[in-house]
Amino acid sequence: MSELSIKQSAIAVFFGRLGRHALRGLEQLGDGTMLGLNALALIFARPWQGKHFVLQLYALGVGSLVIIVITGAFTGMVLALQGYYTLAKFGSESLLGAGVGMSIIRELGPVLGAFMIIGRAGSSITAEIGIMRVTEQTDALEMMAVNPRQRILLPRIVAVTLAVPLLVALFDVIGIGSGYIVGVELLGVNPGAYMAELIAKITMHDIYGGWVKAVVFGFMIGMICTYMGYRSEPTTEGVARATTQAVVVASVGVLIVDYILTSFFL
Amino acid sequence: MIRGEHLSKLYGDVAALTPTDIHIRSGKITAIMGGSGSGKTTLLRLLAGLEKPSSGHVWYGDEDLCAIADKRLYELRQSMGMLFQYSALLNSMNVYDNVAFPLHEHTELDETVIQTMVSMKLEQVGLRGFEDMMPSELSGGMAKRVAFARAMAMDPKIVFFDEPTSGLDPISAGVISTLIQNTAEKNRMTSIVVTHDVKAGLSIADHVILLWQGRIIAKGPPDSIRDSDDERVQQFLEGRPNGPIPFSRSTTSYIDDLTHRPGTVRLES
Amino acid sequence: MQAYRKVEISVGLFVFLGLLSIGWLALKIGQVGGVGSSGYTLNADFDDVGGVRKGSDIMMAGVIIGRVDTVSLTNSDHASVVLRIHNDVKIADDSFVSVRTKGIIGDRYIRITQGSDDTFLKAGDEIEETESAINIEDLISKYIFSGKE
Repeated sequence: MSELSIKQSAIAVFFGRLGRHALRGLEQLGDGTMLGLNALALIFARPWQGKHFVLQLYALGVGSLVIIVITGAFTGMVLALQGYYTLAKFGSESLLGAGVGMSIIRELGPVLGAFMIIGRAGSSITAEIGIMRVTEQTDALEMMAVNPRQRILLPRIVAVTLAVPLLVALFDVIGIGSGYIVGVELLGVNPGAYMAELIAKITMHDIYGGWVKAVVFGFMIGMICTYMGYRSEPTTEGVARATTQAVVVASVGVLIVDYILTSFFL
Repeated sequence: MIRGEHLSKLYGDVAALTPTDIHIRSGKITAIMGGSGSGKTTLLRLLAGLEKPSSGHVWYGDEDLCAIADKRLYELRQSMGMLFQYSALLNSMNVYDNVAFPLHEHTELDETVIQTMVSMKLEQVGLRGFEDMMPSELSGGMAKRVAFARAMAMDPKIVFFDEPTSGLDPISAGVISTLIQNTAEKNRMTSIVVTHDVKAGLSIADHVILLWQGRIIAKGPPDSIRDSDDERVQQFLEGRPNGPIPFSRSTTSYIDDLTHRPGTVRLES
Repeated sequence: MQAYRKVEISVGLFVFLGLLSIGWLALKIGQVGGVGSSGYTLNADFDDVGGVRKGSDIMMAGVIIGRVDTVSLTNSDHASVVLRIHNDVKIADDSFVSVRTKGIIGDRYIRITQGSDDTFLKAGDEIEETESAINIEDLISKYIFSGKE
């Protein structure tokens, strides 16, 4: 009898916890969307934040350049290696360029690029804003009649939304180029075939799909990472937790949205 | 003149401030004092408009701070200053840019004019020549003096001081107290000082408000507070551990906890 | 201010690099414009195009010389194909167009066999001689039926 009641209560606790987490997630989604849109609405409000936008584009875009070049190069190289190994079994090594290009442009460029940008730029957005809250810098801005949503959140959201497509395009080009080097120089695929198949098989539709993904991911990263920082619990542990959470939520979000977008664009 | 009407603030289910009426006189220094957790910082944040009250209104003249548009709020704030407990200097900028920040944001002044003004403000706090240092290179006392200079940059009408002397050595604390008193007098500014430093609070204030557990327990000029026959007030002023304000926050009996008597052992939640 | 200038320059370079990449992808790989808008068009009618689509290759002597612009059904019985050919490729009046397959199961493409005439086709002209797709299933079924008879 008592065993049964314990069991029931364990089930109740489980569903209770599940419900609580679901409601909390929903509440955060709403709160985050409102905060982000509220900040974005200030884009045309005076004073113009152009200088801060440029500074963020520097910190987030230029700052992520090296890591994007490295990951892009190695992604292209390993794809060429793997692709060659598989294609050689069917005697269709000439399709290597198409395979590498298709994988990178449609899928790996936007997704891997987004992951690296989350790790490099997204986490720094959350940590920086969180620290500004802990040390009351956002309150100080507020008291100096500067709207922190306009000064802190807006330039970061806009900068990262713009930086991700640019970085992803760079990732694509470097990936295709490094795939060419491995495929043609190392593995001896016909150089003409690599480029010709790449150009023949990849349509503008594929490239558009990759861009739409990159823009959407950039916007998501901006919204999630600024929100997590702005609403982090104003303690040192709170900021640390918020940073971890921002990276996890943004990465999982990118994968989920990637599936949805891919199903629309196929 | 600033007036708080029936102000209260709840954090979840915890009342940080129970409904309170408060009156800040123009051109005077008002000290809000109380122990930690007495709701004094909450009250300051409500008066400054940094947080919205759970109930009540904050009146600046005949404008309700909780109901006006953002644009007007920021206009009002251009004539306000605030010194934060941990200075809250913008850590991406050096001392000069921090002090010049409000001037850069809200005035069209020439850079040479701003340079002169920043030099004057820094001279006031004895830190002229430190313009190029970053906030992370400053000691707590120096950071607070820079923050003081920044709060004064726009020659505000109303200044909020959140624990201006906490965490400072006696000399720096004395310097800050004197600075508050002198500038308040010279500029005829309305100052609201939140502090648990009894000596500093009573010596600089024209008017003292004493808070305990989110409630006002005494108010009046410093002398009337010193002479108060309220036991709670006297305990706070003298810093006695025991009295009407208990030092221990535990709600269960000590002997029961030590002997693990059933019903009194705290359960893990 | 000097520092901010540096920031501006590197941001400018970054944006330029990104746009260059986007441009390269769009123009080189995606072939926006490309043959799409240059070159001249010829028309050809087929009984059966057997899966040739917009964008399919047009080859002469195994070299790509253009792309298929549009494929449409005319008079509910045959296919009209618009061929876009590079400007520097001249095609004789008596040339011959056929639908072919790369390998046995590969992509369909259009092959133009150069004629011997001295006059060349102009933009908008029609190539009269066409040969439709060879349908392997048709061939097989023909063989089976002929075997039965």
